[in-house]
Parts: sequence; structure tokens; C-alpha cells
Amino acid sequence: MIDKFFASAEAALADIPEGATIMIGGFGNAGMPAALIDALIAQGARGLTIVNNNAGNADSGLAALIAARRVRKILCSFPRQADSWHFDKAYRAGELELELVPQGTLAERIRAAGAGIGAFFTPTAHGTLLAEGKETRRIGDRDYVLEYPIHADYALIRADRADRWGNLTYRKTARNFAPIMAAAAKCTVVQVRETVALGALDPEVIVTPGIFVQRVVKIAPSLRKAA
Amino acid sequence: MKKLDRNQMAARVARDIPEGSYVNLGIGLPTLVADHLPKGREIILHSENGVLGIGPRPASGEEDEDLINAGKEPVTLLPGGAYFHHADSFGMIRGRHLDFAVLGAFQVSVAGDLANWHTGGPDAIPAVGGAMDLAMGAKKVLIMMEHLTKKGESKIVERCTYPLTGARCVNRIYTDLAVIDVKPDGLHVVDMVDGLAFEDLQRLSGVPLRRLATAA
Repeated sequence: MIDKFFASAEAALADIPEGATIMIGGFGNAGMPAALIDALIAQGARGLTIVNNNAGNADSGLAALIAARRVRKILCSFPRQADSWHFDKAYRAGELELELVPQGTLAERIRAAGAGIGAFFTPTAHGTLLAEGKETRRIGDRDYVLEYPIHADYALIRADRADRWGNLTYRKTARNFAPIMAAAAKCTVVQVRETVALGALDPEVIVTPGIFVQRVVKIAPSLRKAA
Repeated sequence: MKKLDRNQMAARVARDIPEGSYVNLGIGLPTLVADHLPKGREIILHSENGVLGIGPRPASGEEDEDLINAGKEPVTLLPGGAYFHHADSFGMIRGRHLDFAVLGAFQVSVAGDLANWHTGGPDAIPAVGGAMDLAMGAKKVLIMMEHLTKKGESKIVERCTYPLTGARCVNRIYTDLAVIDVKPDGLHVVDMVDGLAFEDLQRLSGVPLRRLATAA
């Protein structure tokens, strides 16, 4: 019997090795898998490469992971925020490598990885600093930049409901990066509000089919927000 | 001559957005345009994080942490609105499905180059978000900015000195002094604030401007 439910976030993340590449879902607090990030901090793996839209806010979540000096490199579109002080400090100290990626290119590179695409040409960033050193091509009447997929060892995402096969539904804009990250990672770990019996999710509303999901942890809503 | 304030600028942009448009409003000043869209005109607002059909701000206490815009502010969804993932959201942008992107700017050049993401300073931490995708992807890119910097220098320039967000991507510039179209043969002034002489706008701008026959 397939059963992707794990008893705890700790158990679901126990095998993450040093130097792993980890995608973390969420855009702001919407869809941020706070309990999984807390468990990753407790788990202890170092030298991580993190893929997220941002680079942490205030003192919890990804910011706390950076403050604990566990992150070697970040791929993101928007690191600088009013409360990104842990990233700012590590970046200025040269302790953290930043690969800045336009947001749509970030999303498409993640999508490409999950879809088995080897590379793609995008018009975004052509003629800018972020295309320097990259292959370009004129196709028709437009100029494009060659971009490669981003693969990950793990994806940590949040969804609303899951069954034991790992089929997922989301809530509102909390969906954001989760479906594409789930497909791009070898091992996708999902924090959900509710687990349901197989067959309880309407097949028409399943957004991420369980083929993209390896582990599911139910987290009580009171624990969803980072401490 | 009286400069437009931020809300007057937003109202001026809103006036030009027709019924049925799909529109992305950038973070900051452009977000104000939502408050000035003419009532009764159906205009569908998009946000990069994966939503079409954004409604008004929720009442205090009604916020939902799972329903936010790209500025990470709480929003509501109109009847008919939809959610989708990030790759689809940027497919809408890059795939030329959005009618308008309204963006802020540090500088716009006479050729329509846009600089709005990075000062390029040695100590500046770069952050780009969706700016480059919107600049290259929207059918029309509308810029909303003060005409002059705090030091009184024109933000409309011969060549951008800040790093580019996109080359030759701007269609129209709305400032607190004027509305200016970017065309292959240069900048055309379509509108000016009351009491501003074309010659004064020309002097403040520091780049060649043309006056449309229809300009107010």
C-alpha cells in the first residue's frame, strides 16, 4: 500500500545530506512551509543551496537558516527587502553566493527541470546585466537569452489538503511556486493543513498529482506560522 | 503650474485603461492606479504571484494570509477571479497576454529603454523580481514616475545611466508634469499639466520632445 504520510517534519527531512539543493516554496507567508523550514534548521545539514523567490524575512524561516550559516548559495529573484538583514549581512560578508534570476525566468527554469526540458530561450533580461555571459539568439524579430533548468534534491512546499498518494490541493495564492517545485525535485516534502482519505479529493481539483510528491506531513494550523 | 500628486497621477493612468483590459500594476506608485479605475469599467488585475481578478483591499480583520499580491499586501478576489502557479503566471506575462504593465522607473531613455531595478551602486544588493519579465512581456508598458529626481534632474534621459531592466520596451510615460509617448521617431508629448508651457517642459526634460498637434 502506498502511504506517503510521515509522522513528523523531523522524520520527513532526516536524510537531507550536506550540500543538498533545496527548493523552498512560498511567496511571502503565503505557501511558506514554516514547519518544514524549522525542521530543516533543527536537522543540521550545512552547505545548502536554496531556491526561493526571496532570501528570508526578519528572524524566522529562511532568514534563520541563513543566520545559522547553513546556506552556501541562494538562487532567487528578490533578496533585498526591508527586513532581509540576515541575508544582507551574510552577502556583504561574502559568506553567501547569490544567483539573481528574474522571477519569471526562475519559475520557468524550475518548470523546465520538472518537465525534462534541457534549456530554453527567453526574451527576459536580454540586453541587461543579468544576461551577461549568456548565449543569445535572434529568433524571428526578437532577441532571446538561453537559460537552463534548475533541478533540486528536495522541495519543501506547503499545500492545503493531501491524500496518502500525495495528491495535493492548494489554497488561494499559497499555490505560487509549489506545483513546479514539486515536479523539479527528486524528493518533494509537503506540509499540509489536512490529510484526507484516498478518493476524498475531487480529481478535477487536484492541482499537483501524487507522482510529483514523496512525503506528506500534516501540521496543525497553530504551528503553521514560524515561531 | 501645479504638479500632479500621486493620486492625480494614478487617476490619469487609470483614465487610459480601457474596458476588458488585463493589467499588472507594479509595486509602489502603480498600485495606486487600482483605486482610480473608473467604476463600471471591467478591468482585470493580474499579480505575478498567481492571481487574476484582484479586488479591493480587505477590511481590517478580514485579511487572509494565503491571499496576497506581488507586493505581499493582503487583497481580495473578485467573482470570476482565478489562481494559478508561478510558471503559468509568468507565461501570461512573457507570452504577451497582458494588455498593460504599469511600472515605476528610475530612468527612461528617449529610445524607450527602462531602468527600474538596480542603482548599480557598489554596496547595493541587486533585486529584480518580475520587472524584467513585465518590461519584455506586456503588450504595452506604461511608466509612472516623477518627472524629476529629488535633485531636479530629468528622469527622462538620452541614455540610461542605471542598469537596464529592458531595452526599447516603454510605450508611454506618465509623470507629475506630462504624458509622453515613446515612438520610433522620438518622444511625443500628449498631455501636460495646466499652466505648464511646452518650452518649460522641454527645458526641464533636457531631451528633445515633440508636441503632438492634439496636445492639450
